Amino acid sequence: MIEERFDAIVVGAGMAGNAAALTMAKRGMKVLQLERGEYSGSKNVQGAILYADMLEKLIPEFREEAPLERHLVEQRFWMLDDKSHVGLHYKSDDFNEEKPNRYTIIRAQFDKWFSSKVKEAGATVLCETTVTELAQDAYGKVIGVKTDRRDGEIHADVVVLAEGVNGLLGTRAGLRDRPKPENVALAVKEMHFLPRETIEARFNLKGDEGAVIEAAGTISRGMTGMGFIYSNKECISLGIGCLVSDFQKTGETPYGLLERFKQHPSVAPLIEGSEVKEYSAHLIPEGGYNAIPQLCGDGWVVVGDAAQLNNAIHREGSNLAMTSGRIAAEAIFQVKSRRDPMTKENLALYKKMLEESFVIKDLKKYKDMPALLHNQSQNFFLTYPQLVSKAMQNFVRVDGTPKKEKESSMLRSFVNARSWTGLFGDAFKFARAWR
Amino acid sequence: MHIVVCIKQVPDSAQIRVHPVTNTIMRQGVPTIINPYDLFALEAALQLRDKFGGEVTVLTMGPPSAEDSLRRALTYGADRAVLLTDRFFAGADTLATTYALATAIRKISDTFGAPDIVFTGKQTIDGDTAQVGPGIAKRLGLLQLTYVAKINEVDPAARTIEAERRSEGGVQVLKTKLPCLVTMLEATNEIRRGAMADALRAARAQIVTWSAKDAGVEDISKCGLKGSPTIVKRVFAPSPRAEKATFVDFANRPPAEALIEELFKRQPKLEAELISSAHGF
Repeated sequence: MIEERFDAIVVGAGMAGNAAALTMAKRGMKVLQLERGEYSGSKNVQGAILYADMLEKLIPEFREEAPLERHLVEQRFWMLDDKSHVGLHYKSDDFNEEKPNRYTIIRAQFDKWFSSKVKEAGATVLCETTVTELAQDAYGKVIGVKTDRRDGEIHADVVVLAEGVNGLLGTRAGLRDRPKPENVALAVKEMHFLPRETIEARFNLKGDEGAVIEAAGTISRGMTGMGFIYSNKECISLGIGCLVSDFQKTGETPYGLLERFKQHPSVAPLIEGSEVKEYSAHLIPEGGYNAIPQLCGDGWVVVGDAAQLNNAIHREGSNLAMTSGRIAAEAIFQVKSRRDPMTKENLALYKKMLEESFVIKDLKKYKDMPALLHNQSQNFFLTYPQLVSKAMQNFVRVDGTPKKEKESSMLRSFVNARSWTGLFGDAFKFARAWR
Repeated sequence: MHIVVCIKQVPDSAQIRVHPVTNTIMRQGVPTIINPYDLFALEAALQLRDKFGGEVTVLTMGPPSAEDSLRRALTYGADRAVLLTDRFFAGADTLATTYALATAIRKISDTFGAPDIVFTGKQTIDGDTAQVGPGIAKRLGLLQLTYVAKINEVDPAARTIEAERRSEGGVQVLKTKLPCLVTMLEATNEIRRGAMADALRAARAQIVTWSAKDAGVEDISKCGLKGSPTIVKRVFAPSPRAEKATFVDFANRPPAEALIEELFKRQPKLEAELISSAHGF
């Protein structure tokens, strides 16, 4: 047991943990951050897209220092069947602005830099130190952490749980349940290295411009999931993820999905001749608003993935993590400034501030979406993509069939597959979940 | 007891590649580690300190980023870290390296107390010379025990040390007087996991950083590339072996016979030689 006390202990050095530690340290609090990896970023996995606005709130001058890959000027959404893709592409020169809005990043490099800012701000950062459980007093109040180091118990007024999606510590301490298989996706990713010029030619980019492709359809074999392709400077991040419960049910393997995604005729040419230097896997919280656990208690708050704060529809996670980390830190600082104890009631300020932010507002908006996509995954990820692809082919293929016949056969294919009630029902449910 | 341990930050050689065109070592993106032999030396030093009290000072020469390896050594439990860094030291061979390190150890001796033992690893995994340890001993006039696998006993009162030295013929048990220099082999004393207090201290420690001048280097021409008579003429990657494995189909023949038959088929000369030598019997 260590005699020295800290104002706050942050468990984890991902986006949420770094944001929390940085904010509290900047406020002059005595902060200890514990990370199990060799360095911040060594264990962190993301696609990865960085949303500038949320980082700017923490480090306004980040564009001059942070290791950024490409700023995004193009977004492609692809609906895939086995041989085709129907795409919606949006590319704008407006994104070549002075302060771009979105960047691709490589987390191992980015987080290392982020962590250096945390240290500069005065926090003590200990890596290769795993928190094994929370230290609690007789009343269940969290008073610190126990680590895997000798004499490794250490106390603080408040513990910020930024431990990632699994939420092991919170679960072990009985503060929450484990995430349910239908509320987490398992994503696998590879880094395909190619010369800069090749990437720029294949994605039609110039300079540091970047493009992203989000793909859904038959690649997920009827499971709820998505594939992604992000362009970095000298490599392409390519991955696919599906709900864990769907993997359980179908017996599909993540690497099998990834291989098929890579072999898709729309994807294969993009990565042809590349060298795979890294691969990784990660769980992503997908349960949305309804899966958010209790956010605070006596002596603790939970932020980022650990709080299941992830917007699966807009593929936003790291920004919710950064924002929740920052807001939690600000709430803690306010409680401390008032010299109030770190009780559940006082820390509820964090919950209140989070509810007023876009984080909870956005998740609330889509609260029914995860369940809908999950229950209707066969339709949304298998039937519709195939129907849409066939319809498009029918539309563009010139074969002497009168257009009127083509249109009615397209319509027939949809009605045959889903019936009128099914079609209207799906549209209605989707619209309601989106609202 | 004051013990100085010399460590070196090296690229993790398991992950190193040679550039196919320029033949230079591609260090970019290769993680750095503490030279593995140095960790056995550090653990031996820490065990002696735990037993007899005193301090362990780790010393490294390298670029400013070598601070990481020192901080790591502090996490394991070392008491003090000294970084010797100066552009004058760049490009040093073992002669120039031992000059700089010996000078720094003298300065450590003046500043923090004379060391009873100086430890180094047997060799580094990037240079593989095994010259730096003995070189330091020679320059400082220290007795030396090289290729040590185990420290059997240290008697601080009698000022003696007994150690097991591995040699080609077997194990030698040697005893000598302190102060001395010991170069450590890979041994059974794997580096410990530092306690929480050590990790906390390491994260916040000020690393003592010395330039050539700070360390008391008098003759700068003995440092770095200038002070290095060793010239690297050429670096090349060994070409991959051309031989390929062949699968031999036994086809119902006894395996040994089949193998010999296949061997002779490929190397008729070998067959002729064996037959002619067999005639001697």
